[in-house]
Amino acid sequence: MANSFHIVVCASIVPDPLQTLEPITGPTGPGLKSEMNLPAVLDPWAACALYEAASLATKHPGSKVWLVSMGPKAKLQQVMMTVAQKVPFELVAVDGPIGGFTDAHATAAVLAETIAAIPGLDREHLLLFGGWESASRGAGVTMQIIGERLEITDQFQGVDQITINNDGSFTILERVEGGKHQVSTCAGTPALLGWATGELPEPRNNPQVGMANMRGVMPALQKAKSAKLDANGLSYVSVSLPKQRRETRLVKDMPEDEIAREIVQWIAE
Amino acid sequence: MSEATPEFPQEIERQEMVVDIACVGFGPAMGGFLTTLTREMAANPGEVAMESKAAPGMPLQVLCYERADDISAGVSGVVTRGKAIRESFPELNPSEIPMAVPVKQEKVLYLLDPIGASRRGFILRAGDAAIRALRSLLPVEHDALDLPFTPEFLQKHGGLLMSVGQFNQWVGGHLMTTGLAQVWPGTPVSTALFDGKAVVGVRLADQGVDRQGNPDACYMPGMDVRAQLTVVGDGPVGAVGRSINEKLGMPNGHAQHEWAVGMKIAVELPEDTPLEAGTVWHMFGYPEPEIFGFLYVHPDRLASVGIFVPSWLANPTRSSYRYLQHFMEHPYLWRYLKDGTMRSWGAKSLQESGLSGEPFLAGDGFARIGEGSGSTNMLTGSGVDEAWATGVQLAEAVAELLRAGKPFSRENLEAAYVQRRRASWVNRGAEAAKNARTGFHIGMGHGLAGMAVAGLTSGKLSLNRKIPPAHKQIDKLKKFYSARLKPEQIQKAISDAAAGGRSLHDALMNACGWPEIEYDGKLLVPHQDALLMGGKVQAASGFADHVIFRNPQLCVTCEERTCIAMCSGQAITQGEGSVPAFDREKCVHCGACLWNCTQSPDGENSNIEFRAGAGGLHSAEN
Repeated sequence: MANSFHIVVCASIVPDPLQTLEPITGPTGPGLKSEMNLPAVLDPWAACALYEAASLATKHPGSKVWLVSMGPKAKLQQVMMTVAQKVPFELVAVDGPIGGFTDAHATAAVLAETIAAIPGLDREHLLLFGGWESASRGAGVTMQIIGERLEITDQFQGVDQITINNDGSFTILERVEGGKHQVSTCAGTPALLGWATGELPEPRNNPQVGMANMRGVMPALQKAKSAKLDANGLSYVSVSLPKQRRETRLVKDMPEDEIAREIVQWIAE
Repeated sequence: MSEATPEFPQEIERQEMVVDIACVGFGPAMGGFLTTLTREMAANPGEVAMESKAAPGMPLQVLCYERADDISAGVSGVVTRGKAIRESFPELNPSEIPMAVPVKQEKVLYLLDPIGASRRGFILRAGDAAIRALRSLLPVEHDALDLPFTPEFLQKHGGLLMSVGQFNQWVGGHLMTTGLAQVWPGTPVSTALFDGKAVVGVRLADQGVDRQGNPDACYMPGMDVRAQLTVVGDGPVGAVGRSINEKLGMPNGHAQHEWAVGMKIAVELPEDTPLEAGTVWHMFGYPEPEIFGFLYVHPDRLASVGIFVPSWLANPTRSSYRYLQHFMEHPYLWRYLKDGTMRSWGAKSLQESGLSGEPFLAGDGFARIGEGSGSTNMLTGSGVDEAWATGVQLAEAVAELLRAGKPFSRENLEAAYVQRRRASWVNRGAEAAKNARTGFHIGMGHGLAGMAVAGLTSGKLSLNRKIPPAHKQIDKLKKFYSARLKPEQIQKAISDAAAGGRSLHDALMNACGWPEIEYDGKLLVPHQDALLMGGKVQAASGFADHVIFRNPQLCVTCEERTCIAMCSGQAITQGEGSVPAFDREKCVHCGACLWNCTQSPDGENSNIEFRAGAGGLHSAEN
């Protein structure tokens, strides 16, 4: 069991970022228009964390990966059709509300409680992974609060690389300003890593991995506990999404310098 | 191995997996199959007949591979009588399925040409003039004649108006909950695996290859999935269905010569729209007489608006996207669509040959269901319900054979499945529709007359004309435009297009009097913006190009370039050296290029090969 890990990846589902997203205010607070109709994907940042976790587990025999995901069961099930083909994991599902505008404290409380209840989880060997950001619902603090609730004090955000050293310590590259990385060395587990993009490509779909995962996915969905997120009296003044702006013009024979100049000017606006 | 089957070096070591039933393509037909089969499997828990041979002690191992990245990435707003679907779900409540609603009102409209650019013959022009002259007596408004009745064969009263994407998602959700079948999206299947003439499974597409299919980073050869039964429901342009056609040929006298591309936009209607959910309009006459159109109103002010551009529209520079924009701008429609917003957009090919294009429905180790099996009824304009029904019929047959302990041989599948299908309403409808559309390639008048005669006599009478291969239905460029444009105008358009300027079809349509589209940035947008705003098109890396120009030399000498004009996603463009270029990341997998090619190396098939590919639309609102 030397240098083997119990890696828990927190990964929510989000509307496919390619969709047109429009915030609306519903009876239960802010949400996205027709969100249940939109195809969902594993949050791309968290997906990077999952692939890194799987890669790490492969390199360190005896390791195991859990994927903890909260969302409406039907949507989780649909997303798992694709995700389960990528890498081996054991799903821990929480049947929760759709919509990203939930209180980070309430979300973190449910996830921390769920993680703490995973049977056989060895907290001495725990690496808690998640996305540093989110494609559509980045509160920016959820992972940190989960870590605090689980009393994990070694936390790293914007992680692009982890290297396990022979003595059980590990070296971590965290993104800092200016396109540089901060190098940290952590004595050992437990630790929390909020991943940026990592360094791995998206794994190919592997039907055998899918078959193996699916044996656990459906039972996990069936026994998923329903979570009500307590808003604690929280009220929203406003919510917003990353703005998209599109201006199309059809031109031809425009010199590259002129195109570049226009783009710079457009960005500056 | 056939020409259309990707060639693989024999030394490649592939993973192999054995299952009981391997299914290809998740659409309405496969939904019907898996829904029915899993119910049979669950009917008597522990039933020996439903145990797996591939994994003894386990239930039947049933896997379905879907090419698209999500099972909801279907492309069709659809109106259906929903007979078979309701038989499967007697308690169906449409409000459970997003965008579904019962049909409430239905009408047929003949659209006059408000701008005078449409290619109408003398008789049609005379008819239009008569309609305009009698407008005070006829139900004519905003350049459209409201037909006093909807022919019985077209009626969908009591039916359902749905989004196929949402319907697929709903069915898939039910299926996965049973735990008895697995559906894997994002997994293209390159070909059937053959042992002689028997199908013994399927081969998944290679991953981690370059555009030409050569091993690249993270190379993973496609797995061979072996099965007692392969169920083929991969649609009209699916690689597995076509690989079987090429291996076994078509039944005597059968050919798939009649096609159309359906292109549609899901429009969020203005807040003050008077259109009610459940409204269905069938339209014809504009932008070209040969083009049929529709408007379906879903709940929550969402409407599906689209057209069908058929193979018998002889125009070599036909362009679905531009035609769709002119269609939406027709005064009758535009008054409702103006200030609307594009929410989604997409296109797909329709195999419209019906019984005439029916392939072998079953053989040793395989059976075919859905549109690719010729189930679409083009007289009634209905395909989803028929596809669902064929899936149900096959599942019933499979359960019967399993319980009888009979293998999935050609004879057994013929007796259990094909005979079931032949005795059903699907086949009776197909018989009635068989020759209903054989006049359209001669002319619009012939076509409508033939359709009316077949429709009103349930197929007892019809024009029995032979339809030529799709590539022969397209006119030569100069011949087609000679009646409307001077040779120098045509030549200038060709030269401009060759120089990389304006596209040939745009230049020629403008020259024929079609006005430029004035973009509003919401609904009328450039084609490329539609890919971003409506189609959300993307393709995963690591797959080979799936559109191949078989004999590039034929492309060099081709003047028509219909493949470029009709490419729904502008994925095929003018390439260097006169051979069109293909951009996989813009392809919506409509398959229109397959039959929109004027060149043929063998006299039957076009010069374009359409293989299995990943990616495409990422929209569930289609």
